[in-house]
Amino acid sequence: MSVSTERHVTWRRPEVAPSLLARLFDSKPFLIAICLLPAVGLLLVFLTYPLGLGIWLAFTDTHVGRGGYFVGFENFESLWYDRVFWGAVFYTVFYTGVATVLKFGLGLWLALLLNENLPFKSLLRAIILLPWIVPTVLSAIAFWWMYDAQFSIISYVLVDVLGWRETYIDFLGTPWHARWSLIAANVWRGIPFVAISLLAGLQTISPSLYEAALLDGASSWQRFTRITAPLLMPILAVVLTFSVLFTFTDFQLVYAITRGGPINSTHLMATLAFQRGIPGGQLGEGAAIAVSMIPFLILATMFSYFALARRKWQQGGDDE
Amino acid sequence: MSEAVAQRPRKVKADLPERLSWQSNRRRLVTVYLPLLCFVFVLLFPFYWMTVTTFKPNAELYNYAENNPFWVRSPTLANINKLLFETSYPSWLWNTMLVAVCSTVLSLVASVLAAYAIQRLRFRGSTYVGLAIYIAYLVPPSILFIPLATMVFQLGLFDSPLALILTYPTFLIPFCTWLLIGYFKSIPYELEECALMDGASRLQILWRITLPLAVPGLISAGIFSFTLSWNEFIYALAFISSSENKTVPVAILTELVQGDVYQWGALMAGSLLGSLPVAIFYSFFVDYYVSSLTGAVKE
Repeated sequence: MSVSTERHVTWRRPEVAPSLLARLFDSKPFLIAICLLPAVGLLLVFLTYPLGLGIWLAFTDTHVGRGGYFVGFENFESLWYDRVFWGAVFYTVFYTGVATVLKFGLGLWLALLLNENLPFKSLLRAIILLPWIVPTVLSAIAFWWMYDAQFSIISYVLVDVLGWRETYIDFLGTPWHARWSLIAANVWRGIPFVAISLLAGLQTISPSLYEAALLDGASSWQRFTRITAPLLMPILAVVLTFSVLFTFTDFQLVYAITRGGPINSTHLMATLAFQRGIPGGQLGEGAAIAVSMIPFLILATMFSYFALARRKWQQGGDDE
Repeated sequence: MSEAVAQRPRKVKADLPERLSWQSNRRRLVTVYLPLLCFVFVLLFPFYWMTVTTFKPNAELYNYAENNPFWVRSPTLANINKLLFETSYPSWLWNTMLVAVCSTVLSLVASVLAAYAIQRLRFRGSTYVGLAIYIAYLVPPSILFIPLATMVFQLGLFDSPLALILTYPTFLIPFCTWLLIGYFKSIPYELEECALMDGASRLQILWRITLPLAVPGLISAGIFSFTLSWNEFIYALAFISSSENKTVPVAILTELVQGDVYQWGALMAGSLLGSLPVAIFYSFFVDYYVSSLTGAVKE
């Protein structure tokens, strides 16, 4: 620094010598480190470390307020013979599968409808996203009230207005009713996300492709399967990955409406892990349940991502 | 087919009259407007039901035989009154607001810096850092809450809003960073080079040039983070135990639901009031919200 000032002694610029701090902030490695520190630090401490800690906890017998010892696969062994756990695994897979299919079917339909030339387009889009904005627990409570055994508005319409049924439906009282009711609530909440994301994908498809197909005499079904579907595939893959991931690890909806009941029939793996881990105090077993979600998640992510990505590549290669 | 033929030219030439023929119009009604109406009805009905229940007196609420359940005959504010003055709802609302705002600001600052480093300072392995942050978004809170609960307990943060303010960024930062990387990409690099020539330091460039240009991206990320932290449930349920420190979603579910007789009026009032702030906030920035949602998916 001093050297440079002496060299410029004949012609002196007022602030020729930047302070040490300024120079430090102009050195790239330092700047990179400073910039990455908050984000990477927070993620390492509160995400990566807990992920490892969770896996470690799954192999210990930790309880609330008491450190645990390494017990090997004991937690997993006891889960292996635990019918409630297998019930939760079954329902989680079922819930994710059915809800995803319904969400994407209906969401795609809604996206196609919204892609038509409509008046009040942006208002409509804003309204449709509402279920996605509102806190899940709060809308879940609304569903809970709509599923009430005595005062359900759905039963009221079916029985007293339309006369299609004789008795009120006990939505949350029997296992299968409760399972389907929860799926319906999940689909209700998920449709807007799928529809708006797919709408964004639809809007990137050039109208000239449809015009060309129209001139060639393609029917509307052919236009859908040959143009819309393949061009939508990349965005569909991403949305599907996210949707599957978040449905599989869903917690709020089930906890708010049934808390796993009746007779543990609607436990998802996340709610079961919570019930065993936090109120039950068996942190080790809760962690083991949570950790056993990881293989499913990796599998689901890989499947939805690679299966669809490969198809996109194949079809893109054919078309262009 | 005829529908498509009739529709297509309309899209291309917007100055053509809206209705081309009686038949296509009617067909459009059945294939587009009717299903759309059903969708909107189903998607909005729970909110309508929430609102109607909030303003119903108990006598009407539990008597469908004499009252039309779809309408309120004698609206009452009793439920809202009870919620605001007989429970600690205002303090729950305040907690939620505090946690949402603090964690949003924290994640925005961290994400802006990280996105700037990854996208603009380009170093060896920057794409891998970006990818790692993206993968972090795929780690769901449901598998993290048990180890996090033990950590929070050991750090002495249990039952304090700070626990939530520090843990929410784990799902906010990945999203915001990813969004902002995309946004920074769209800002021409030449602008920064000019500033660099003029002798601006890197931080000055970030503060004076890049950030002002990235304001829409910042707003999108901010709104998304705010709504996400307002919605968050599992961490708030696991890390907070005393009534006055709870956030709205948790408090409504755990404090208002007592015993076997549910106070549906008060519950619905709580849900409505808890949804309104975020819905109003959202309605001001719908376009930013949609662009962040779709932008993040498209990346």
